[in-house]
Amino acid sequence: MTAAAAPPPARRPPDQPGAEPCWRGVASDPHADRSLAEDTSPEAVARLRAHSRALLADVLRPHRRRLGAAVALLLAQNAAAMSGPYLVMLGIDRAIGPLRAGRPGPLVAVAVSFAAATGIEYAARRGFLTLSARIGQAVLLDLRQRVYAHFLRLPVAFHERYTSGRMISRLTSDIESIAELADGGVEGLVMAVLTIVSVAGILLWLDLPLAAVTLLAFPLLFWLSRWFARASTAAYRRTREAMALVIVHFVESMRGIRAVQTYRRQARNQEIFASVNDDYRRSSRHAFRLIATYSPGIKLIGNVTVAVVLCYGGARVMDGHIEVGVLAAFLLYLRRFFDPMQELSQFYNSLQSATAALEKLAGVLDERPEVAEPAHPVPLPRRPAGRPGEATGGAGDGPAGGAGGGATGGAVTFRAVSFGYRPDAPILTGLDLTIPAGQTVALIGPTGAGKSTVAKLLARFYDPLAGTVTLDGVDLRQVADAELRRAVVLVTQETHLFGGTVAENIRFGRPDADDAAVTAAARAIGAHDFIAALPDGYATEVRRRGGRLSAGQRQLVAFARAFLADPAVLILDEATSSLDVPTERLVQHALGTILRDRTAVVIAHRLSTVEIADRVLVLDGGRIVEDGPPAELIADGGRYAALHHQWRLGIHVPGPGPVPTIDG
Amino acid sequence: MVAARSDGGPADRGEVGRHPLRNLWRLRHYLRPHAAQFGWLMLAGLAATGAGIAVPLVAQQVVDGPVARRDLAGLYQLAGLALLVGLVEALLIFIRRWVQSSSSVAMEAAIRDDVYAHLQRLPASFHDRWPSGQLLSRITSDLSVLRRFLSFGLLFLVLNLATYLVVVVLLIRLHPVLGLLVAASAAPLFLIARRFGRHYHTASRRMQDQQGDVATLVEETAQGLRTMKAYGRGPQLTDRFVAGTRALHDIGVDKGRLLARTSARLDLVPNLTLGIVLVAGTAAVADGRLTVGQLVAFVSLQLMLIWPVQSLGWIIANGQEAATAADRIQEVLDSSPAIVDASHAVALPRCAVRGRLRFEGVTFRYPGTAEPVLRGIDLTVEPGETIAVVGATGSGKSTLLSLVPRLHDVGAGRLTLDGHDLRDLRLASLRRLVAMAFEEPTLFSMSVWENLTLGRPDAGEDEVRAALELARAEFAYDLPWGLRTRLGEQGLSLSGGQRQRLALARAVLVRPAVLVLDDPLSALDVHTEAAVESALKGVLRDMTALLVAHRPSTIGLADRVALLEGGRITAVGPHAELLATVPGYRTLLTAEPPSAPPPRTPAGPPSSERPVEPASDGCPLVRS
Ligand SMILES: Nc1ncnc2c1ncn2[C@@H]1O[C@H](COP(=O)(O)OP(=O)(O)OP(=O)(O)O)[C@@H](O)[C@H]1O
Ligand SMILES: Nc1ncnc2c1ncn2[C@@H]1O[C@H](COP(=O)(O)OP(=O)(O)OP(=O)(O)O)[C@@H](O)[C@H]1O
Ligand SMILES: [Mg+2]
Ligand SMILES: [Mg+2]
Repeated sequence: MTAAAAPPPARRPPDQPGAEPCWRGVASDPHADRSLAEDTSPEAVARLRAHSRALLADVLRPHRRRLGAAVALLLAQNAAAMSGPYLVMLGIDRAIGPLRAGRPGPLVAVAVSFAAATGIEYAARRGFLTLSARIGQAVLLDLRQRVYAHFLRLPVAFHERYTSGRMISRLTSDIESIAELADGGVEGLVMAVLTIVSVAGILLWLDLPLAAVTLLAFPLLFWLSRWFARASTAAYRRTREAMALVIVHFVESMRGIRAVQTYRRQARNQEIFASVNDDYRRSSRHAFRLIATYSPGIKLIGNVTVAVVLCYGGARVMDGHIEVGVLAAFLLYLRRFFDPMQELSQFYNSLQSATAALEKLAGVLDERPEVAEPAHPVPLPRRPAGRPGEATGGAGDGPAGGAGGGATGGAVTFRAVSFGYRPDAPILTGLDLTIPAGQTVALIGPTGAGKSTVAKLLARFYDPLAGTVTLDGVDLRQVADAELRRAVVLVTQETHLFGGTVAENIRFGRPDADDAAVTAAARAIGAHDFIAALPDGYATEVRRRGGRLSAGQRQLVAFARAFLADPAVLILDEATSSLDVPTERLVQHALGTILRDRTAVVIAHRLSTVEIADRVLVLDGGRIVEDGPPAELIADGGRYAALHHQWRLGIHVPGPGPVPTIDG
Repeated sequence: MVAARSDGGPADRGEVGRHPLRNLWRLRHYLRPHAAQFGWLMLAGLAATGAGIAVPLVAQQVVDGPVARRDLAGLYQLAGLALLVGLVEALLIFIRRWVQSSSSVAMEAAIRDDVYAHLQRLPASFHDRWPSGQLLSRITSDLSVLRRFLSFGLLFLVLNLATYLVVVVLLIRLHPVLGLLVAASAAPLFLIARRFGRHYHTASRRMQDQQGDVATLVEETAQGLRTMKAYGRGPQLTDRFVAGTRALHDIGVDKGRLLARTSARLDLVPNLTLGIVLVAGTAAVADGRLTVGQLVAFVSLQLMLIWPVQSLGWIIANGQEAATAADRIQEVLDSSPAIVDASHAVALPRCAVRGRLRFEGVTFRYPGTAEPVLRGIDLTVEPGETIAVVGATGSGKSTLLSLVPRLHDVGAGRLTLDGHDLRDLRLASLRRLVAMAFEEPTLFSMSVWENLTLGRPDAGEDEVRAALELARAEFAYDLPWGLRTRLGEQGLSLSGGQRQRLALARAVLVRPAVLVLDDPLSALDVHTEAAVESALKGVLRDMTALLVAHRPSTIGLADRVALLEGGRITAVGPHAELLATVPGYRTLLTAEPPSAPPPRTPAGPPSSERPVEPASDGCPLVRS
């Protein structure tokens, strides 16, 4: 157990019911609920907002030309649409007389122009809509891929506090709320701006004083819009976060549905879901109410302005300052001025909602990976003659040669490594460890001692807080990720299979492997028989997280995957814990061959697995407390001897191999 | 590589079935609580449209009347009227939107709650088949599509139809021939719209399905993140994701193209009609059959039709998407939970249960597979007895265990508890009697306390402490916030052994009549294992228990061992006896050929430094 420096609140009675999020417990990481960039301080918010704008500009930049073309098409469409009424007027003014005189020419001309305008409008509208859909979709594609790729780059520690539900919500629901903007955004914006600008011009030209009165509405509009912008930004931000919580809870309870049902957790879950769902309902209702106020507010300003213009304009007409016709025209245009304002308010609303989502994405993209790729990677030294033992064996039925870290040695050193998941709870304290290339090391110790932590440090899931981990003399922090992964493979304690076929899952170890290599890998560790017996053999779908297979079968597939990967350093963290004994023996046998030519760290509670090791390390209290060949340690009568004794008692039967008779 | 598309999962997608709007219609009862609101909303919408038309009319009146007559008082009066109408218009819009904002999100939330509740009822086999991303996309994207339809699409459909009808009637009254011509233009509109609807339905179905697939990909990535990192397979996953999103992109572009084409075509109809009216009207004016004023009035009225028609494409698209969303939601709601209370099901009080668990000729086959996993299991677990199920990897041990809390139902044969067929018990009651620790400790990102008391929300602090002590999981008190500490997702902020011990404590805390443990000690070191075992022994004395074990040490917990081979129980008996007499058993536990000599150490409980602790001490008797 860790010597955790327990902070004061430990050993407190569980939370009182009633406090709203008590079921969630207290996160040990204060940033648990958000990415670092999603701070709520005003400066952070402003920065994030700026970043989201920059992100939007950035994803739009490659489409500048297409955007220009779309705007041009939109203008063409509008010009054509506007020319309709004008042509009607022309027809009435100019064609009727000649027609009466028996000359259909002008009417034909008008008709032809009308047909042409209609044709242009059709083509332009179609072109514009197609193009804007293309741009919108391309932007969404770009955003999705950027964010996804960034998520993959971010380290395990980030994902631990961010949770998968949030990641899912960023990549699905947030992106979809941006899609809403993409759907009608460009059109709304361009049309509105176009109409407002042109109509404002016409109004000014028609009558300056009347236009001035109209312009009085502007400060009001501005004030209203600013209110809306502020309020809705906050509201939509809340909406996004509320949705993320809905998704987090949903995903997690569906994932654990067996436990939920077995422990009759449904009612409580429903309660929790209803409450997060209701939060979402309330926050989005609030957001909708804002637009429900804003939009009629704009309308109101417009209508009041019309009434005022009516009075003032009427008076001006009576005073003889302007003609009746001008007033009539002014009123007509005024309407065309305020109508698009409605559109603009809609657009503004979608923009606000999309910006809130963009902020979340920008927050993720802002996140700098703490376990970063080196800026100037140092290549791992190459060994001229390949790995030790490469020539002698191992290549038998294994994935011979392979793309693996073929030329890497695989000497591992931990130098004064200290690590803790939280600063106040050190797990490893000044760990020193040297594993020469080609050695098989068994790492054992009580549960919670930090064995998996050592493995994860070696696979660079985390960086040590102090000290260094080196591979062939190179600090892992300086090794390019791709090279590191070729050289070091960790089979995690939690077996994970991806949806897809058995073969695809094995091939995950080495994507370019052919079917024969996949089969060979499965054969080598004794998984072939059960795979072949599956209904579709290697092409059997294993389903979500490998649910189609039994626990042991999943471990075998994961093992085959690691075997196929053929790294210089292989770390097996409890990789055989769910296997039956004969299968485990088979795997061990295979391991004897596989591990002969590579560095291996084997973590196992079943000491039978340990017997293939050249050396045993006992980890306890954050440091190595025993180190030596198994037989020696047993003879020394220390911790390993005790463990081994206990284990031998447990199995009741003699294990294989030359084990000194310590029992009996 | 996305989803298992077989055996009746979300595979039967795209199958539109009867009427495309049928499923949308079936959701109408969610509208019912808001029916009155919806009525008001429609009224307000119509009235606002009316007021919108009235404002320019009043303006026209002003220009023609008081201004022409230089009647200042009249001017102010009419301007006041315009102001009033304008205020009313804004107010009506406000009311409509305000009402809308609460009713549409309320409906969305209600459906979401119901879908979630239904999903919790659906059995494990359903969840095995359905990728969770598909489920997720149904409660997120599909529901927001529906919400949009309910708050805008439907309303505008009604408003625009009304506008269209009113204008056409006015046109016909103005000039019957031309008016009828305009009315006739509804026919091509209808044809175009219908065709579009059909195509768009397929496209939106593909889109929404693909969204679900992408969600699945993302979820899988999140879950497999460590594996991805361990192998450095970011590029492969990215490729997969890129393929998925590219498909989404392509479908989106197709959809956009379809909408663009149709929109433009729809737009063409009123324009062409206008052209015809223009030519015919001009000719009629020239012939003197129509006045210029009439023609102008006609044309300006006709111009009012353009917006309703233009928005038609968008409304239909929205409607189709909503219909698709409704289909997808109903697909989930329509899958009937296969494992439910029978009508005659009874509840067994905990105190009345002795705990005799009996498998009688139980067979089981996973849906969609040909071969049964269990082919006639006969096994009796006597009250208070502990039986270890032993079998090779993949022999069906976990499957067998999952039948006890009815995560799956037996195919043939029956499973009884104290003589009651499990299917005659209420599910809640059965699951109150049975507690299970799974192979993979399923923990949630909630407080440790909440995780522990999953099956016993009423557990007291002492009981929790006792359960934790029994499972040697006292480490939980040393977490930063003690039992209030939130666990990482899937408990990944704990070590493997810590997770397993918590899951064990959780099962024991329930103090069930039947305890089912699937390989409960596989992640523990030998000392801890021995300690947990000796503590467990005390508890198991007064509980019926079924446990899976791979290691002889764990088998030490059991009174008898059942060997599962080829879907049958081929041997039952004490460990030592089986070891001596059943070669298959010996092979399985020692990996030695059957001819090897019998064990030297006598079979018995693994000794331990710790005295056997009466772990059940502090626990009060279970109330039921
Ligand atoms: N992601 C994490 N965040 C916080 N604490 C962690 C995390 N992972 C492990 N720990 C803690 O670090 C300690 C060491 O865990 P580790 O997984 O390395 O143990 P282990 O030796 O592998 O144990 P086991 O044999 O049970 O797998 C434990 O106390 C555990 O609670
Ligand atoms: N959902 C499923 N659909 C179809 N087949 C399945 C499903 N789950 C398991 N199987 C198959 O049923 C068999 C029994 O699986 P089960 O999980 O019961 O094995 P097990 O005895 O628990 O093995 P292990 O010791 O590895 O845990 C296996 O061959 C497995 O491939
Ligand atoms: Mg571990
Ligand atoms: Mg199993």
